[in-house]
Amino acid sequence: MDEALKELGETIAAALSDEVIAATVANHELVVEARADQIVKVLKFLRDDSNCKFTQLMDLCGVDHPDRPQRFDVVYHLLSPQLNHRIRVKVKTDAETPVPSATAVYSSAGWYEREAWDLFGILFDGHPDLRRILTDYGFQGFPLRKDFPLTGFVEVRYSEEEKRVVYEPVKLTQEFRTFEFMSPWEGAKYILPGDEKAEAQAPEGGK
Amino acid sequence: MAEVNIENYNINFGPQHPAAHGVLRLVLELDGEVVERADPHVGLLHRGTEKLIEYKTYLQAMPYFDRLDYVAPMNQEHAFVLATEKLLGCEVPKRGQYIRVLYDEIGRILNHLMNLTTHAMDVGALTPILWGFEEREKLMCFYERASGARLHAAFYRTGGVHQDLPPDLLADIYDWTETFPSVLEDMEALLVENRIFKQRNVDIGVISLEDALDWGFSGVMLRGSGAAWDLRKAQPYDSYEEFDFDIPVGKHGDCYDRYIVRLEEVRQSLKIIRQAIDKMPDGPVTSMDRKIAPPSRGEMKRSMEALIHHFKLYTEGFRVPEGEVYAAVEAPKGEFGVYLVSDGSNKPYRCKIRAPGFAHLQAMDFLAKGHMLADIPAIIGSLDIVFGEIDR
Repeated sequence: MDEALKELGETIAAALSDEVIAATVANHELVVEARADQIVKVLKFLRDDSNCKFTQLMDLCGVDHPDRPQRFDVVYHLLSPQLNHRIRVKVKTDAETPVPSATAVYSSAGWYEREAWDLFGILFDGHPDLRRILTDYGFQGFPLRKDFPLTGFVEVRYSEEEKRVVYEPVKLTQEFRTFEFMSPWEGAKYILPGDEKAEAQAPEGGK
Repeated sequence: MAEVNIENYNINFGPQHPAAHGVLRLVLELDGEVVERADPHVGLLHRGTEKLIEYKTYLQAMPYFDRLDYVAPMNQEHAFVLATEKLLGCEVPKRGQYIRVLYDEIGRILNHLMNLTTHAMDVGALTPILWGFEEREKLMCFYERASGARLHAAFYRTGGVHQDLPPDLLADIYDWTETFPSVLEDMEALLVENRIFKQRNVDIGVISLEDALDWGFSGVMLRGSGAAWDLRKAQPYDSYEEFDFDIPVGKHGDCYDRYIVRLEEVRQSLKIIRQAIDKMPDGPVTSMDRKIAPPSRGEMKRSMEALIHHFKLYTEGFRVPEGEVYAAVEAPKGEFGVYLVSDGSNKPYRCKIRAPGFAHLQAMDFLAKGHMLADIPAIIGSLDIVFGEIDR
């Protein structure tokens, strides 16, 4: 199974040497990293090539890595029911650079790209109707970005005086708690209470 | 006579409409009674499941999947536990796998009973829903006896299932599989050859195989158009390859064919349930790896190590190696997939839920164009949408 996928990855990488950056097999899945500006060509090839026949776009989503200069991954999951195999195509982008829309290749990309725009703020060039989809009408911000707080910024309630739903800044009766489970011996980023001085005495980090 | 400029008429179908199957706001542009454009507005049930999961351990994240497609809860859980198991590389004991298969199929019948009967109600037949829901109630009893909850089961675990089935449950499920077919036959007799039912469904919402593939359809929506594609056969998970069942396939890709395919799938599910009960192996129901699955209560009373494992699993949870996987199951509505990205900590870094209904509802405009307004409920009914999974 892995061998066949590896072979397929090599074929794809050879045929699209300019567009594909890397093709790897991990966890029994074929992953192809492509250049964002060439994604339409890559998808077209994957759909039409007789060894690939990835006729279905099953999923398209964003992943946020705020520590990278190109913070977003756009991940395409393709399926070939004819040849019974899957592939994952990944491209990188940032909050300003649009990714060419896949709607011309797969009709199903339409809503998935709207969703990625809605939740991450990833722009898609050439999308016929790039509106928000899941969040509220008039929502601001991109909720699935890592820097968006879990509690959000606004809360809604029905106002008896105004006879309509009103938006107000979030008020938490109890502070939002998140638990840190990193072991203090390996890789914890916080300083244990009482350990502040120990750090100052050994600036070399002497273990 | 001066020419009168007739403008198209816009109506809002939903979000509070009994035939919208939930909170669907469908903006329809009508020319007389013919639908020119359908623009579904979704997201009215958006609860931010994917964001919440990023802040929960793998165990805490699992029950969110019950709340996606709440008509067949355990099938969703299955996709998530499969994804985590794939990342962890953990083996599931045979009995655990069989119990999952058994409850997946019960979930499939739960879902199809809901869909078949409400679809019938949308086009004017009231009786099937009264009969079908009685059977659903019995199935939910089986859910309750295994997991303690009728709907939000939270029964599957990474490495197996939460606990073993109580005595007699398997025998009772088997007895039910013998009484249920007569109800199904009654329902069939009311609908399948019914003239009104046929008039409302035949040649409505037709989609060709090429278009169905292009729109990312899966499950019954694809099979109704003639593709014998079923993940249980094509990419078997959890010993589905050991079961003998057929894949019903439609011919025309219209609402009526999809209805018939679902009806036949219920029969095939019954067949799988019987086989699972007959062949149910003995042994543990969950992984024996104590770094993933908790020890039994009794063990904890005697062993210090078991106590530590239990404490660690229910506070910190287990760490999942860095990497990314996509795991998909054949949920009753189609391919339900989970794309999981792990950064090596005890919480998922990103969890994308691929809901079949999202792709199906997307094609609403394509399916509804040129149809009459009265056909919209029939199309929505045969799309089999539930807003829990579409809006997430």
